[in-house]
Amino acid sequence: MSSSLSLINLTKKFEKGTINEKVALDNFSLEVAPGDFITILGSNGAGKSTLFNAILGNFITDEGNIILDGQDITFEKDYKRALNISCLYQNPLRGTAPNMTIEENLALAYTRKASKSFFAVNKKDSAVFREALAQLDLGLEDRMKTKMGLLSGGQRQAASLLMAALAQPKLLLLDEHTAALDPSAAQKVLKITRDIVARDNITTLMITHDMKNALSYGNRTIMMDSGRLVLDISGEERENMTPSDLVKFFTERGGSLSDRTLLS
Amino acid sequence: MIYLNLAVSAIMQGLIYAPLALGIFIVFTILDTADLTVDGSLVFGMTVCAVVTISGHPVLALFAGMVAGALAGLVTGLLQTKMHINPILSGILTMTALYTVNYMVLGGQSNRYLQYEALNDAGATVYNTSNTVFSALTKKLGNPELSVSIITVFIIILLCAVLAVFFKTRPGIAIRATGDNEMMVRSSSINADATRIAGIVMANALVGLSGALLCQQQKFADLNSGTGMLVMGLAAVIIGQVIFGKRGVTVGLISAAVGSIIYRIIIQLAYKINMPSYTVKLLSALIVVLALSIPVAKTKLAEAKNRRIRKGGAVK
Repeated sequence: MSSSLSLINLTKKFEKGTINEKVALDNFSLEVAPGDFITILGSNGAGKSTLFNAILGNFITDEGNIILDGQDITFEKDYKRALNISCLYQNPLRGTAPNMTIEENLALAYTRKASKSFFAVNKKDSAVFREALAQLDLGLEDRMKTKMGLLSGGQRQAASLLMAALAQPKLLLLDEHTAALDPSAAQKVLKITRDIVARDNITTLMITHDMKNALSYGNRTIMMDSGRLVLDISGEERENMTPSDLVKFFTERGGSLSDRTLLS
Repeated sequence: MIYLNLAVSAIMQGLIYAPLALGIFIVFTILDTADLTVDGSLVFGMTVCAVVTISGHPVLALFAGMVAGALAGLVTGLLQTKMHINPILSGILTMTALYTVNYMVLGGQSNRYLQYEALNDAGATVYNTSNTVFSALTKKLGNPELSVSIITVFIIILLCAVLAVFFKTRPGIAIRATGDNEMMVRSSSINADATRIAGIVMANALVGLSGALLCQQQKFADLNSGTGMLVMGLAAVIIGQVIFGKRGVTVGLISAAVGSIIYRIIIQLAYKINMPSYTVKLLSALIVVLALSIPVAKTKLAEAKNRRIRKGGAVK
């Protein structure tokens, strides 16, 4: 069962009341249908990451409400929300504990939904982990006792993704999660992302700077600028859109493009 | 014979301070912080244990000492997580405050013997030494150091076993992950503040137990016995790491306990070559500095060697 997400009139100002006041989210609203896989575009400072932080509960918005699966989570604590929301970041080191084994990392992620066994690492769960790791096709299933810190960035990000999926979240947030990886690792992780999201039908939001990926992954694309929603396309309109159309739209909006966006 | 006595004495000291080393292993290696509460919670365990022992409950006194240490840890944990006070400062604040608390626990004295007032047959007031958990066995064996060693070794084995199992359970790996990657723990829907506090509380409970054991062994509680305990415990943990290597948590716990004994043997040897007792703290600090700088020195040496070889090659 996938879940819906409603973001209603979210506003967040930083350094409120000073001359440096910055409106990071400006009356932002978005309706996400169950099972939607939305890619999010926008220049640096457009409010994409602020949006994620608001959903994750890293701060409470100045105004507006966040409703996940019919429940108002606007004022819920970050770690409580994390029960239903998984997030992956650009930094592959962020999602895993380097001095613990692959198995223990997965066990920790699985704790959210696992059978309440006494030991975190046990035979029954290990079988589940082994099968899940095998699906990544990275050979990690034979290295379950290896410390996470010995894996490459791509492998760690793939493992983080798996950990996110093990927790069976209602919502998956991906914040440029392949940006720090080399091109082939990035492609691999994106493919794994697509497979996991499709298999578990997880409602997903993915921030990317890659126009091509933005259109080829997911079923809907939105663009943000100065904390507002400036583009929301899906279906046929999206299928007919090309990366260069997107770039043109972007420039017409007066949004400034980062070098990385232009190069990709 | 004199060497045997020295060895037994060193082993006994090492065992008494082994819970301290285990506690510091939890804070320093697992949670990856330095907790100066230790210097205060050891004395807190000691003073509370003294008062309860004098009232005639030696076994309860050890548990009371642990609870006292745990409370001290709780305060530090709350300061760190809820007030966002720098971890080292949090420890220093609790340690400083505990000095007053300890003074009050001892009834406004800076030290106290484990003895109670009684009337003898003639009706005169005498002081009787309070019973400790070691009393019965000491009476039987006639050797206090040996009986203390025998009882504490069982306590340490039990502690290591319980802790090794605990750190494999779900709450246990959550505490380990908190020191390894706190952000990951938060995003796994675990209250990282709670796991951090739990770790600090556990560690200081162990430190309090060391204080309690020390109190009953020397039949004496002293307000100033906490100074430098963090460094001494750290020395024990590091010596253990040098011998056993940096491995899993179970080996780590055992190596901390063994490190504590070896550290005491080193100290006894230092006494043997007539180093005065006041040099112990300098020696402990030097051991820690030396052990912590070995990895850096190794890299620097390797770099220097590489540079020398390549420069030499360029000349040819």
